[in-house]
Amino acid sequence: MTNAPDKIEKHRFEPAPKDHFDNEKIEKPQLSFAKDAWLRVRKNKAALVSAVVLFLVIVMAIIGPHITKFDPYAQDVTKGNLPPRVPLLEDIGIFDGSQKIGGVETNKYEDLGLEEYYWFGTDSLGRDLFSRVWLGTRVSLYIALLAAVIDMAVGVAYGLISGFKGGRVDNVMQRILEVISGIPNLIVVILMLLIMKPGILSITIAMVITGWVGMARVVRGQVLKLRDQEYVLASRTLGAKSDRLLIKHLLPNLSGVIIINTMFTIPSAIFFEAFLSFIGIGLQAPRASLGTLIEDGYKTFQFLPHLMVIPCIVICIILIASNLIGDGLRDAFDPKMRD
Amino acid sequence: MAKYLIKRVIYLVITLFIITSLTFFLMKFLPGSPFQNEEKLSEEQRVILDEKYGLDEPIPVQYAKYMVNIVKGDLGVSFQFDNQPVTDLLIKRMGPSLQLGFQAMFIGTLIGILLGVLAAMFQNTWIDYGSTFLAVLGKSIPSFVFAALLQYVIGVKLELLPVAAWDGFASSIMPTIALAIFPVATAARFMRTELIEVFGSDYITLAKAKGNSRMEVSFKHAIRNGLIPLVTVLGPMAVGLMTGSMVVEQIFSIPGIGEQFVKSIQTNDFPIIMGTTIFFAFLLTVIILIVDILYGIIDPRIRLQGGDKS
Repeated sequence: MTNAPDKIEKHRFEPAPKDHFDNEKIEKPQLSFAKDAWLRVRKNKAALVSAVVLFLVIVMAIIGPHITKFDPYAQDVTKGNLPPRVPLLEDIGIFDGSQKIGGVETNKYEDLGLEEYYWFGTDSLGRDLFSRVWLGTRVSLYIALLAAVIDMAVGVAYGLISGFKGGRVDNVMQRILEVISGIPNLIVVILMLLIMKPGILSITIAMVITGWVGMARVVRGQVLKLRDQEYVLASRTLGAKSDRLLIKHLLPNLSGVIIINTMFTIPSAIFFEAFLSFIGIGLQAPRASLGTLIEDGYKTFQFLPHLMVIPCIVICIILIASNLIGDGLRDAFDPKMRD
Repeated sequence: MAKYLIKRVIYLVITLFIITSLTFFLMKFLPGSPFQNEEKLSEEQRVILDEKYGLDEPIPVQYAKYMVNIVKGDLGVSFQFDNQPVTDLLIKRMGPSLQLGFQAMFIGTLIGILLGVLAAMFQNTWIDYGSTFLAVLGKSIPSFVFAALLQYVIGVKLELLPVAAWDGFASSIMPTIALAIFPVATAARFMRTELIEVFGSDYITLAKAKGNSRMEVSFKHAIRNGLIPLVTVLGPMAVGLMTGSMVVEQIFSIPGIGEQFVKSIQTNDFPIIMGTTIFFAFLLTVIILIVDILYGIIDPRIRLQGGDKS
């Protein structure tokens, strides 16, 4: 035992504090709701990657049409149906602007003596697909965001009132909800679009008419659960009015379900817009949305697959990313998943 | 149970009534009439046509007549398809749609269950990640995008299957696959969550403690219980299939109801739009009602009257 134990420091023998005031002290920094959720979202790599991807897509939707020098609406039939051509990549033999027409390898750029680089090629009217794709993405995202926000506002208001008022009001509101939710939303959307002039706003309105039902249901369910809790009772005892209870106490506790639901509305709105454009009652030319681009491309996809495949890829990326983010958020906010 | 049934049927009737009325009045407000597309039509001819189809009567009268006829199962006469009754057209075109729908639902659900079971049994392994990824793909990618890409790769490039036709089983393979990705994704996601919960329950621990192998526990105890709630997703699945069928049928030129519906939208054929809408609505509401009742019968724990008290 050459290594004698170190001398025990003196302060260790000091008596423990007798008062218990410190017992109540919270050692860790308090976690706000958002921070708590963020800590758990952070562990979900798929959701994080998706968030980055979606962010990049949004950035491209904003700046994309301005990166190239081509105007998304400018038509030039002489430069129609060009395949993609990208600088640098053409040196290694892909995207060099060559295509097979009737089994013969041709390069339209060389034939026509074009110097330009259309990164995604051009459509039949000679419009630059690159700027049109990002313009279409912008429109699709805009419709989705608008629909999601309106759905959220209407659904939350309806659910809050229905759940909070209870009694006969709730009863009547629930019956209305049941009838509306019985109507398949696809049918309502199609009917509405038949009578309204197709446009960004009419598509949004058509989707919102039945879209808010899901949100209203979830919010009502949560309100029913929350309104009988002690903290609400306490606040009420202290003289809080209904509006204060709703806004100050219930709404923050509902934010989880509201965010999750909104996040899932976005992909379904994008899907519906594309779907409607595809069957020919969505946006009309020359406006571009991802749906109209896919529909346009589909007409000639046997010969010019890039016109269809590129917008397809973009819409798939957006839908997959937003679904993954929605899943991640749901796992993060769901109290059952807490570890 | 009887009370619940009656309540649900009353709702169904109200819903259908609203849809029918809505469809009727919306169609009346539509800009453009079905005969505007016919260019060389004099004013007199148009009046005669309007008279023939009862379009000259006041709207309330038309409405009452329409409602009475619907109850009798008569959905009117098509403007474009050679004056054929809409009901006949629908029945004639139901075959391919039903065949595709059932094929997609059956195969899709089966594959989905398999993927979900595998994912839950091998949770947090590459099998789980793979099947979850597939499920996300299936849920995210719109069926028409998938159908179009499928058609391009398998039909046009590889020339393995007919591009767009409707004769024999081979031509139904691609549309079935395109439609099936949604049921696959739905069933797989649902089975996985359900089974993970079941695997964590006490009776599974007991079954394991008795010395049963993992396979035995999974197949004899867990999966049986996990399958029951799967009935609930059949409703949304049916909705998804119907949405998908419209575009998928159009893409693969299948003579089904969906294809006809899209065509009638493009040609302003009111009676077909109305008839198909009502038919779709009827089918969906009835399917959802059956699913709910079925669920109540299978799982007595479900409080039928309670609704969603989550």
